[in-house]
Amino acid sequence: MNKTVNNKAWWLVLPVFLMVAFNALVPLMTVVNYSIQETFGNNEFFWSGTTWFEQILHDDQFHASLKRQIIFTGLILLIEIPLGLAIALCMPRKGPWVSVCLVLVALPLLVPWNVVGSMWNIMALPDIGLLGKGINALGIHYNYTRQPISAWFTVVLMDVWHWTSLVVLLCYAGLVAIPDAYYQAAKVDGAKPWAVFRYIQLPKLKHVLTIAILLRFMDSFMIYTEVIVLTGGGPGSTTKFLSIDLVQKALGGFDLGPAAAFSIVYFLIILFLSWLFYTLMMREEAK
Amino acid sequence: MALELIEITKRVGADTHIHPTTLVLPQGSFNVLLGTTLSGKTTLMQIMAGIQPPTSGQIRFNGKDVTHVAVQRRNVSMVYQQFINYPNFNVYDNIASPLKVAGMAKAEIDRRVMAAADLLRLRPMLKRRPSELSGGQQQRTAIARAIVKDSDLILLDEPLANLDYKLREELRDELPRLFAGRNAIVVYATTEPVEALLFGGNTATLHEGRVTQFGPTSSVYREPKDLVSAKVFSDPPINMTPVEKRGGELRVFDGKVWPAGAAGRGLRDGHYMLGIRPHHVTPLATDAASGELEGRVLVTELSGSESVIHIDVGGATWVSQSHGIHPFEVGTHARLHADVDQGLFFTTDGERVS
Amino acid sequence: MAEIRLENLRHSYVANPQHEEDYALKRLSITWQDGGAYALLGPSGCGKTTLLNLISGLLTPTEGRILFDGRDVSHASPEARNIAQVFQFPVIYDTMTVFDNLAFPLRNRNVPEDEIKIRVAEIADMLELTKTLHKRASGLTADGKQKISLGRGLVRPDVNVIMFDEPLTVIDPHLKWQLRSKLKELHLRTKRTMIYVTHDQTEALTFADQVVVMNLGEVVQSGTPIELFERPQHTFVGHFIGSPGMNVLPCELRGGQAFFAESPVPAANIGQARIAGRTELGIRPEFVSIAEAGIPAEVVRVADAGRYRIVETRSHGHTIKLLLKEGGEVPSGHTFLSFDPAHTQVYEDGWMAGAHR
Repeated sequence: MNKTVNNKAWWLVLPVFLMVAFNALVPLMTVVNYSIQETFGNNEFFWSGTTWFEQILHDDQFHASLKRQIIFTGLILLIEIPLGLAIALCMPRKGPWVSVCLVLVALPLLVPWNVVGSMWNIMALPDIGLLGKGINALGIHYNYTRQPISAWFTVVLMDVWHWTSLVVLLCYAGLVAIPDAYYQAAKVDGAKPWAVFRYIQLPKLKHVLTIAILLRFMDSFMIYTEVIVLTGGGPGSTTKFLSIDLVQKALGGFDLGPAAAFSIVYFLIILFLSWLFYTLMMREEAK
Repeated sequence: MALELIEITKRVGADTHIHPTTLVLPQGSFNVLLGTTLSGKTTLMQIMAGIQPPTSGQIRFNGKDVTHVAVQRRNVSMVYQQFINYPNFNVYDNIASPLKVAGMAKAEIDRRVMAAADLLRLRPMLKRRPSELSGGQQQRTAIARAIVKDSDLILLDEPLANLDYKLREELRDELPRLFAGRNAIVVYATTEPVEALLFGGNTATLHEGRVTQFGPTSSVYREPKDLVSAKVFSDPPINMTPVEKRGGELRVFDGKVWPAGAAGRGLRDGHYMLGIRPHHVTPLATDAASGELEGRVLVTELSGSESVIHIDVGGATWVSQSHGIHPFEVGTHARLHADVDQGLFFTTDGERVS
Repeated sequence: MAEIRLENLRHSYVANPQHEEDYALKRLSITWQDGGAYALLGPSGCGKTTLLNLISGLLTPTEGRILFDGRDVSHASPEARNIAQVFQFPVIYDTMTVFDNLAFPLRNRNVPEDEIKIRVAEIADMLELTKTLHKRASGLTADGKQKISLGRGLVRPDVNVIMFDEPLTVIDPHLKWQLRSKLKELHLRTKRTMIYVTHDQTEALTFADQVVVMNLGEVVQSGTPIELFERPQHTFVGHFIGSPGMNVLPCELRGGQAFFAESPVPAANIGQARIAGRTELGIRPEFVSIAEAGIPAEVVRVADAGRYRIVETRSHGHTIKLLLKEGGEVPSGHTFLSFDPAHTQVYEDGWMAGAHR
């Protein structure tokens, strides 16, 4: 189709542009402003250059929470993506059970984040919670408020419960979009189920999976509410992820400068890793 | 009263989509834009409608400059290749929609919708929604909506391309009747020469963004100005071969000699391009001045009542179109006869000479 | 390769079919010879796709049997039937090269790799795909992709039948004849049984030696292209095949003769007419001519189709079309028509009088 050039169209974009400016650019600039200056209140600022950045980049606490964050996100992706894909593959594609399955799968997504935290908090209590008591009854010593391993297990399980559904729904939509002719051709060619998955379903789901991985990566990298409600970052600081660390710095210590530098580094890490994922997935495509 | 395009051009970036074009379409005329995909038909139509402005040139309607008048303010209707209707309106409301927008009285709307529905044989399905109609009925609905409001200009962009061939045949039959006796200027874009022929009216042949010829359809078909126009207006493709005329003879390929025929006789000796339409190449010998062709059969396409035989003559493909079923087997040897009397002669640069 | 026999086949999508209308495919029995080229032709919704899916095993018939070389396969799976299919839209394995696409059906059947190489090279040569063998299949044009789909069927030496479901839909109109030529040539070379499903008469008649015309879930005629054109067994065939289609006029039978609007019309099959039911005359526009005397008619419109002119006339409220050669004199106003008796047929309730049903 030929495109028409009409400069009046720019006026139509103006409101959106202004909104984006107020929503994103202005706060971001404020943060940048804080990150390169020192303030003692009264709106007085002193130039501090890259001091806060150097401080953050050499901060052991920051390193530790970044490491925890990467392990957590890696685990989440390794579990949720294959699990979500597997569930989507098992779901019926026709018939009355389709809507029932879809509703069941979508349920966890409808629960508010802080409620998810409290739910699991209660459920995992070693003395009265269904999960906690159950595990202890099996003879395994489990206490998420005391033991780092129990705490990690609970946090990961909670996230898997909450977010695998999103992957399932995305994959399911992708699977349904594959025309029947592909399955028929595969049958005629004598392809085994594994070959159908490897050569038809997986290639056709590529875009959907890219989106699923990106969404789950970004979300899990910024996880805050559920963990703060469940473990508060503990025991000790074993589940203190980047966002929790950041909030403690900014609100707990009122170190606005270092906290601002922290946010910018945090933001750049997410941006970089998202870009990396995206280019890697798309480079495959170009081949 | 007419629509005039004066030295219209359209460029997008570095690409020229329409080269300088001047066309005058009189009121009440039926005009066909004939050309392959990407030849510029759709762009030209959008410029006529005012959906896109031309890069340069002027568009006049009834003598008034309308070059920069937006499509909403020109009285234009369009029908597309895809069946475009309002999915949640029934047929009646679909046809009535342009009249309701214009704020016409209810009784008048009713009268007009019924008249249009009768013309397009949609009476029995007025209460149905587009999804409950066949492809042919959906396109009839779209056409009814285009004719209901007395537009000055009705544009149809390959409206039959997505229909089964029997339905296409039916609508090809009906469309000229539908527009006969209207004041509107009708412009119909198609890739199929036979549609242009059957509709009559005027035809403009388009090739790579240029109108190569414009005039009454049968004269454009029978007297093409140049090789390109002849190629555009021929399906199956016109046969082309370089020839050398010497006296009353034509030296063709492989040292073969053909008579110069009625068209070639008067030409000066020299090199020419000879074009012979497929239906002037037959598997049967004729008494007219004929040139012989021998080659291997590539395929015989049978269309129910005629045969289109493709043969390979020393690397060049020749096509014959003849009446009846002549099932020449693929790979066999065939002998065909070209009616040189009906040949079209062009200079080696492609200008028509005889 | 196999002979295909359909015995009293019937299919319904309804769970408990009660009435004749519940059947998408009405009862039919056909035998297709080993190595033949056949076409199923009909408008959308005529049951041709149902029949195709029954043969390929994607559907199980409600009634009747399907036999491949005498072996009952009615309930066998598509893999067990050893068939190949080319679909309307090209189905290729995007991530594989052309070579791997062609080798796929063989690899699934554990054919040794050396043999695969030989087979694939041979088929690629036939399809003119040799140059692109090591390219990604997703980068090919529509006709290249369709050739791959076809190649995956041809590569297996044991395929019983290759089926085509409107395979040229996505091909550029100007390239269609080349693929038609290729298909014909391949059929001659490989002598496989091939079944081609389409709504387009040119596709069907060009490809097949024997064309099965279907309408409303029923086979109306099975015959060669010449038979379908010259002796349509049903008025539907006369209308559907040929452009423009056959003229169908009501007639009256009296004293061993047919009358159209009180004018006697000699017909080829008048001897077989039983004078029962609704009677009609069928005559193709090719066999109607302008005459000095005969059936009075009014010329309504003359359309130029290049090779010929289509003259539309009205006679006693009925439209009669006829074809005139290019360059002939164009009639106008009041005239008379004559019908070629050898090509004028009487139809009873839609079926040609004397037709074998």
